[in-house]
Amino acid sequence: MKVLVPVKRVIDYNVKVRVKADGSGVDLANVKMSMNPFDEIAVEEAIRLKEAGTATEVVAVSIGVKQAQETLRTALAMGADRAILVVAADDVHQDIEPLAVAKILAAVAKEEEPGLILAGKQAIDNDMNATGQMLSALLGWSQATFASDVEIDGDSAKVTREVDGGLQTISVKMPAVVTVDLRLNEPRYASLPNIMKAKKKPLDEKTAADYGVDVTPRLEVVKTSEPAERAAGIKVGSVDELIAKLKEAGAV
Amino acid sequence: MHFGLSDEQEMIVSTVRRFVETEIYPHEAEVERTGEVPDGLGDALKRKVIEMGFYACNFPEEVGGAGLSHLDFTLVERELGRGSMALTHFFGRPQNILMACEGAQRDRYLLPAVRGERMDALAMTEPDAGSDVRGMKCSAVRDGGDWVVNGTKHFISGADHADFFIVFVATGVDETPKGPKKRITCFLVDRGHPGFVVRDGYRSVSHRGYKNCILEFTDCRMPDAQVLGEVDGGFAVMNDWLYATRLTVAAFSVGRARRCFDMAVDYAAQRKQFGQEIAKFQGVSFQVADMITEIDAADLLTLSAAWRLDQGLPANREIASAKVHATEMLARVTDTSLQIFGGMGLMDDFPIERFWRDARVERIWDGTSEIQRHIISREIFRPLGA
Ligand SMILES: Cc1cc2nc3c(=O)[nH]c(=O)nc-3n(C[C@H](O)[C@H](O)[C@H](O)COP(=O)(O)OP(=O)(O)OC[C@H]3O[C@@H](n4cnc5c(N)ncnc54)[C@H](O)[C@@H]3O)c2cc1C
Ligand SMILES: Cc1cc2nc3c(=O)[nH]c(=O)nc-3n(C[C@H](O)[C@H](O)[C@H](O)COP(=O)(O)OP(=O)(O)OC[C@H]3O[C@@H](n4cnc5c(N)ncnc54)[C@H](O)[C@@H]3O)c2cc1C
Repeated sequence: MKVLVPVKRVIDYNVKVRVKADGSGVDLANVKMSMNPFDEIAVEEAIRLKEAGTATEVVAVSIGVKQAQETLRTALAMGADRAILVVAADDVHQDIEPLAVAKILAAVAKEEEPGLILAGKQAIDNDMNATGQMLSALLGWSQATFASDVEIDGDSAKVTREVDGGLQTISVKMPAVVTVDLRLNEPRYASLPNIMKAKKKPLDEKTAADYGVDVTPRLEVVKTSEPAERAAGIKVGSVDELIAKLKEAGAV
Repeated sequence: MHFGLSDEQEMIVSTVRRFVETEIYPHEAEVERTGEVPDGLGDALKRKVIEMGFYACNFPEEVGGAGLSHLDFTLVERELGRGSMALTHFFGRPQNILMACEGAQRDRYLLPAVRGERMDALAMTEPDAGSDVRGMKCSAVRDGGDWVVNGTKHFISGADHADFFIVFVATGVDETPKGPKKRITCFLVDRGHPGFVVRDGYRSVSHRGYKNCILEFTDCRMPDAQVLGEVDGGFAVMNDWLYATRLTVAAFSVGRARRCFDMAVDYAAQRKQFGQEIAKFQGVSFQVADMITEIDAADLLTLSAAWRLDQGLPANREIASAKVHATEMLARVTDTSLQIFGGMGLMDDFPIERFWRDARVERIWDGTSEIQRHIISREIFRPLGA
């Protein structure tokens, strides 16, 4: 079974995000970029499936600017076998919207014919949480979102989902689109031997046009603003005082 | 000329940086408070580093290392410099000098060290012989076919975790026109070897939790098989292998300075006094400008010295320049950063006071600033006969 893993290049989760002066979005010039953390979990899961003998090949795909190549190299250094870069923008500030990404991924899936697509549940830049769902609809495949456990058993997969109020376990028919949640696994670091090998692994470069997908934005960003500044905290001397303060604030 | 990092180097840097931020930073405050590495943490870190294939990455592939170039390894050291030295010790970079192991020594010392099974420590310094290494008193005399060692070493880093020691000992004196000159031999000594004990050392203001110990030899008997390199060839093995540790001190200093700098910049951009961010006062902002200029200069000096080693070019003077400049830069950067933090900079609520304390030893160990300047100036004047 081949596993396809879409990975997105996003602002690093450690970077303090700054809104651009004109409010059109977040400033991404000269900012550290990394693989979307949820996608790292998806790559890790795919590699584990391969190590367990369930998967035979792990293919990472990224859609965006040319620099997303670095994100793919990271996936390769973690242990993916090959990568596909779909260049769809040349300005780092242009976000490719979920529907366009899903369409491109659907086209890639038709070519690659994976048995499983493992994606992050959302990207930490715009928190859309839509691509996996749209992709499953476009392909007509089953979907299981927010996975915290995945067990592949022949033609079906048992997936535990993190839903409001608890865990839900469902069985889905393969091929399937599974989007992964935080607690699925702890992604490994790129290993030094794999870092050295990453350059030699195949990385195909395509464009959105190759798949006939129009990536023109359909959404309009009206305004981007900083979140409210957090007020300074206070120190309390005892548990009793803590409870009293919480009651005062109406928090308990 | 090309100053960019390759894709592999970028990935090495980001992987090590992330490891330090994720696996080291969260434990630093505890190490600092207790002066100890929490039980089991060292081994846990080591296991992770071995899994990542980074353990002993300074060793060639044929002995199980990763075969990194000096430049790549310097980048690793630079990123490790950000984190607590007590903890990054377990990232495992055994002394390169172990490459001088021969025959059975390879299986007993070199290979287990590279695999992370045995840790090493290196002992030259004595209470009466610091900068003047050749003045050492710890000595070995022949007795039958063996050597019998007596003497004391102090300031030996990492000795608390070491399974064996690389020890330099005087094995005789040559009369030369410039006066008597000691012959030095390097020995491999196992922890627990009869006649050899490791005692607690002093408490240092720098790098809490990264301990230094005292080694005592009392009629400690060792066969020739424990000699690393040639008998009386201690200075040769030293010169062949130890140059690189000075470069790692420079790389450490650059990495540490960048971490400290970033915190000072963040603080200056947020802290308000007199109705505005203190970064808006030129008295503060110009200090920041000076800091980054110095850090970049030290970084380039360090990387170019590493590059020279990779090219097989003479690098002795360049390494000494990198070491003296980077460590003195770190002293200024940590001091200025502390100043920018104002009174809070002194408090252990922030790591700035620790960076400032830690920085102090960098100008002393692996050759003091004065010794580096001696090396640099001799390289310049020796050819002129002056
Ligand atoms: C925390 C710590 C850990 C250490 N770890 C190790 C270790 O693992 N293994 C090891 O072998 N050693 C270790 N050392 C020893 C370290 O390398 C020495 O401290 C260093 O070489 C200086 O020696 P010294 O402290 O005896 O100072 P001294 O040599 O006594 O120097 C005192 C002062 O005199 C100056 N001076 C000396 N000679 C000259 C000269 N010719 N010209 C101008 N000035 C001169 C020095 O620069 C210095 O300012 C460690 C030291 C410390 C502090
Ligand atoms: C151990 C200790 C004991 C103390 N005891 C007392 C006490 O008993 N009573 C008391 O009242 N206070 C006390 N203080 C407070 C002390 O006086 C202040 O720490 C000091 O005035 C600096 O203020 P700050 O720490 O808030 O730094 P800040 O004022 O925030 O300064 C931060 C940095 O910005 C710089 N800066 C600020 N404004 C400007 C400007 N306009 N131009 C250029 N640079 C600028 C400062 O020089 C500094 O480098 C104590 C402090 C310490 C550390």
